[in-house]
Amino acid sequence: MTVAALREVTVDYPRGRALGPFSLGIGAGEIVALVGPSGCGKSTAMRLLAGLEAPSGGTVERTPGRGETAVVFQAPTLAPWLSARANAALPLELAGVRRAEAAARADEALARVGLAGAEAARPAQLSGGMAMRVSLARALVTGPKLLLLDEPFAALDEITRRALADDVLALWAAAKPAIVFVTHNVEEAVYMASRVVVMTKGPGRTAGEVAATGALPRPEGFRTTPDFRTTVEAVSALLAQGMAA
Amino acid sequence: MSRLLRALAPFVLIALLLAGWEAACRVLAVPAYFLPTPSAVIQALAADGPGLLRSAWNTLSMALIALLVASAIAQALALVVGLSPILERAVRPLAVVLQVTPVVAIAPLVLIWAGLDHAGRAIVALAAVVAFFPIFSGAVTGLKAADPDLERLFDLYGAGRLQRLTRLRLPSALPYLLEGHKVAAGLAVIGAVVAEFVAGSGGSQGLAWRILEAGNRLQTARMFAALVVLGVMGAVLHAALEAGERAGLRWWRGR
Repeated sequence: MTVAALREVTVDYPRGRALGPFSLGIGAGEIVALVGPSGCGKSTAMRLLAGLEAPSGGTVERTPGRGETAVVFQAPTLAPWLSARANAALPLELAGVRRAEAAARADEALARVGLAGAEAARPAQLSGGMAMRVSLARALVTGPKLLLLDEPFAALDEITRRALADDVLALWAAAKPAIVFVTHNVEEAVYMASRVVVMTKGPGRTAGEVAATGALPRPEGFRTTPDFRTTVEAVSALLAQGMAA
Repeated sequence: MSRLLRALAPFVLIALLLAGWEAACRVLAVPAYFLPTPSAVIQALAADGPGLLRSAWNTLSMALIALLVASAIAQALALVVGLSPILERAVRPLAVVLQVTPVVAIAPLVLIWAGLDHAGRAIVALAAVVAFFPIFSGAVTGLKAADPDLERLFDLYGAGRLQRLTRLRLPSALPYLLEGHKVAAGLAVIGAVVAEFVAGSGGSQGLAWRILEAGNRLQTARMFAALVVLGVMGAVLHAALEAGERAGLRWWRGR
């Protein structure tokens, strides 16, 4: 079953074409990594999938209703004046959920991302990794069917990145939302995704697709397996082709 | 030691300057109406103290009332303008003209409108005109300063206009409002003093009146005394506003 699909979409801005023609189908429960050079239109594709932007040409199909799509941006994008709890509860409150219930569900989402005890903290009091977790909790609080992650770990150090990658996979295993995530990092893409879609340099088209082997979430030591290395090399080769194209 | 030195440095400089001033006046026998000695200024301060404090309070209270008036009007207008880009385009040039017109130039007109017997109203109005722009400008900027990704998030979850205003735009504007009020309060005092000068010695009881009155009698030491009070009042107000802004930001950010 397809959760969302872009069919031959193009996006044109006054300064020129930003994306496409580009096609991408997202199956239910699938994790798709979108890899491509800077400026290839990855973030634009994400906004199309989220329904935040309309394409100039082609069609966007989306089955999730309001509140069933969640986005995590590159920066934590938290409201500095709200506590972690209030930030995580925001999507529910905007949907008209009663304050007490929203807070309880936010606390539960924060606990799932490992932030039990930090509910009252403000974003300025949290580390970059913790703030990103709050952002993740806010995305999960509505129980989304489609989770869009736009370079969510780009600003974090390597240790935090890896820990969060494993956490996202564990959270995925619990509820199996479809996940699309954008990254510059080939190893991260292969580690986290069931399918890696490589885009050409802008305006982005599909340069190719690589199915990632192995079960999700990843077992210990997956990064050192020959399978992992081979897949990383295949994606890197496609990426190099896409840059040259 | 070095911290003590840092804390004392400005006072040491002031003391040295005053000592040099005192010595120069005495050695060169400068006439008192031209430049009084610091000791004469201190004597004038002691003699006029209670009167000067009353006048300072007079000026300060005018400025603070003007700040309240300006704050209410500027924020209400910014809210209306912030909701409509067309209105903003319409209002901006008028606000800029209001800002760049020197307050001295419109003071005589405002005095006539307020009625020559009601100089207080004119002083409040003029100080409010000066204080209006930084608050208005800060509020308009602040209402548009929300994180664009947070705006997208509000789109994603289908937030209504009111939700967007109360839960995103207004809280995002707070740091800009604090900054605007800080600048505006300083300007309100300047506006009040300028308006007092234009109103003349018959019209007001503020610090400017003290300076004018002493000047008319060539009592230069008393002019200096009033200036000292004005300077100290400005410094205290500035420090209070800085502290207020810091406290406001701490509350907003939670640290």
